[in-house]
Amino acid sequence: MNQKCPECYAELEIPDDVISGEIVSCPDCGMDYEVRMKEGEEIELIPAEIEGEDWGE
Amino acid sequence: MKEIGILYDRIRWEEKAIIRASKKLSLAPKLVDSKEIYIDTLESIEKLKRRFGQLVIQRCVSYFRGLHATAVLENAGLPVINSFNVSLICGNKLFTTLALTKAGVPVPKTFLAFTEEGTLRGLEKLGYPAVMKPVVGSWGRLVALVKDKDSAQALVESRKEMRNALLQIYYLQEYVERPPRDIRVMVIGDEVVAASYRYSPEDEWRTNVARGGLSKPCPVTSELEEIAMKAAHAVGGGVLAVDCMESPDKILVHEVNGTVEFRGLSSTSRINIAEKIVEYAVEVARG
Repeated sequence: MNQKCPECYAELEIPDDVISGEIVSCPDCGMDYEVRMKEGEEIELIPAEIEGEDWGE
Repeated sequence: MKEIGILYDRIRWEEKAIIRASKKLSLAPKLVDSKEIYIDTLESIEKLKRRFGQLVIQRCVSYFRGLHATAVLENAGLPVINSFNVSLICGNKLFTTLALTKAGVPVPKTFLAFTEEGTLRGLEKLGYPAVMKPVVGSWGRLVALVKDKDSAQALVESRKEMRNALLQIYYLQEYVERPPRDIRVMVIGDEVVAASYRYSPEDEWRTNVARGGLSKPCPVTSELEEIAMKAAHAVGGGVLAVDCMESPDKILVHEVNGTVEFRGLSSTSRINIAEKIVEYAVEVARG
């Protein structure tokens, strides 16, 4: 189930076993998106958060 | 079926492994995105259990988000892995060093300073090269090998420009002569589960897997087991990664991580770490 990159409209591959919260990257423009599963099979792509200073282990 | 909460903000390889492990152990994983929640600080434990599961594995990539969510959930009586105190200590390098020192775990010589003047004096005392780290932060971010006074001054100046209160706390450490690797020991409860060497990539002194560090199997010697166990207990115990360095005369612990990324370690071990984590969480929740 592929989607169009909201930024550059390139083809964005979404894995079949995708989980809400997973990050997908656009192969063309490099933008990172967080996948949100909506009702049914619908998928929403939200720009992923930028790495924070407190991120990590 | 028992519901096990997984509080996250990003689904990484580790979270997927924990979800799989929960299902395998006949638990129902309840995924809660911390970016979407709000919690009433007076919420009853029954209501919280319906939203978060009967126990919660806290897996936020943002330290402060995970810590604050843990505070509220734990305060209401919900078991959270790791606990608030453990997360608080492990998320701050200085607090970790102090807890380790108190328990008699060998650590590198460490100084604390707040200003350029204090930092330069501290580094002079430690001797160059030395290591400068922020107290909060991961993946080797802003961790610097300071070779001389000039570079120390430049580093302090750039950190001052960052206008972040936490970055005005200078955690200074002796540079330990070691092979180009460190050792990550995974401790879950009272068990040392696995260990791996983490080799620094070419042209890099830091060994963080996030910086391209490479994991290789490492035998768990009795010395390593004893130090890792002692370090884990020193910070309060739980699901922890104890990072050690091989100094010429002994093993030193430089960090204990509380929201462990175990993908690298898993590639070197046959043990299913995610399953061990879930089993441990269930055991803790049972009391």
